[in-house]
Amino acid sequence: MATTRAFARLAARPTAVRPAVFTRSFASVTDTAARDPISKAGEAINPDPTRKVVPESKTSTTKEPAPDKDAKIKSFHIYRWNPDEPASKPKMQTYTLDLNKTGPMMLDALIRIKNEVDPTLTFRRSCREGICGSCAMNIDGVNTLACLCRIPTDTAKESRIYPLPHMYVVKDLVPDMTNFYKQYRSVKPYLQRTTPAPDGREYRQSKAERKKLDGLYECILCACCSTSCPSYWWNQEEYLGPAVLLQSYRWIADSRDEKTAERQDALNNSMSLYRCHTILNCSRTCPKGLNPALAIAEIKKSMAFT
Amino acid sequence: MASQRIFQLGLRRTAASGFTRTQTAGRIVQRRFAATQNVNQETGQEILANQRLKRPVSPHLAIYRPQITWYASSLNRITGILLSGGLYLFGIAYLAAPTLGWHLETPSMVAAVASWPVFAKISAKALVAFPFFFHSVNGLRHLTWDLGLGLKNQTVIRTGWTAVGFTVVSALYYTFLV
Repeated sequence: MATTRAFARLAARPTAVRPAVFTRSFASVTDTAARDPISKAGEAINPDPTRKVVPESKTSTTKEPAPDKDAKIKSFHIYRWNPDEPASKPKMQTYTLDLNKTGPMMLDALIRIKNEVDPTLTFRRSCREGICGSCAMNIDGVNTLACLCRIPTDTAKESRIYPLPHMYVVKDLVPDMTNFYKQYRSVKPYLQRTTPAPDGREYRQSKAERKKLDGLYECILCACCSTSCPSYWWNQEEYLGPAVLLQSYRWIADSRDEKTAERQDALNNSMSLYRCHTILNCSRTCPKGLNPALAIAEIKKSMAFT
Repeated sequence: MASQRIFQLGLRRTAASGFTRTQTAGRIVQRRFAATQNVNQETGQEILANQRLKRPVSPHLAIYRPQITWYASSLNRITGILLSGGLYLFGIAYLAAPTLGWHLETPSMVAAVASWPVFAKISAKALVAFPFFFHSVNGLRHLTWDLGLGLKNQTVIRTGWTAVGFTVVSALYYTFLV
């Protein structure tokens, strides 16, 4: 597929090949030795007459660069676990960064550590602006998105970064979200209707009906709220958790949806919904400022009074 | 996927060879040092299953920041268990008292407590008063939440600390002054 696309692109362009100046550096390596595996490069012994060993007396000592006078060095303790060494326990690893050279957000710090200090550090990230929900993690004890969390400029305080609490760890800061997504699927998060639209074109809503969905549709399913909930920690298999219940309410509250009763019926057992004991960590931690606790309270009310 | 990509790169290289011949020096050569190997679907699934067996659970209770939300909730649970457990224990003991020959009637209890030292009296009262007032006041919060009221973050925090303050004041009042 990709190759045909490449051919098509070559054929379509008037100047099929860009000048090498604009091509990416690694795409135009003509030195064939450079493409050999590194092991082969190590084996080859090609004494280069132009590169003789310089005697020590003729070299100058290069010192380590002096640390900046006004450097703001902050420590980050980060949770590490490597699946390739399953026998070893998870551990905390400390990295120090100069905040003057780091971006303002926690994600900037993580990316800088990965780029410049330790490329084995593993975490999810994508949009860096709080809309994808990939970089959800526990920072300084609270679940939030690393891209929306400012690094506290107080360098005396050390920051601690853990994966989302009480989740299976895939590697370092990457939790296994399989169960969470399965639960999301179980609430059937899509419009369910049996009757066609009255005017044959659209399912219309009044402004008031649409307003009910505000504060629900913005959820990005980062799982910060669910994994902040002690009830979800202890009953992850059965209890759906705040994020999924908020999504469930988003469809229960939708005036266009016709399966409200079925949706409520699916939640009507002791575990799915009623493991919520209004602890309210969910609303407290939501990085998007939504209120899952209110949504759950509304579901409970709608089920009690119908 | 990787093989396709290499093929594309090869295509581009042969096409661009005329341009690149002149300037090879100074180009940064990118090399990948990570050792990778191809595995088929089944082996991949096996590796995944093996990893899943050994995955640790990320830390939770010990690392989550103490907040009035979940601390008040767990205290509510604990005080509830203390109060109802105490009530049940006393109720059962009261029922069993005649057969066992215990004296749990009010006059004998009053007499027994009256003979205690002041320190024991005060701590016993505090032990009952703090859970009782916290559970009662916090119970009101839970009732309002069940009506869907007061669920804004600021309100939750404010009512939470109000409940704590009210508990301390009234429990101290009942411990020392009543």
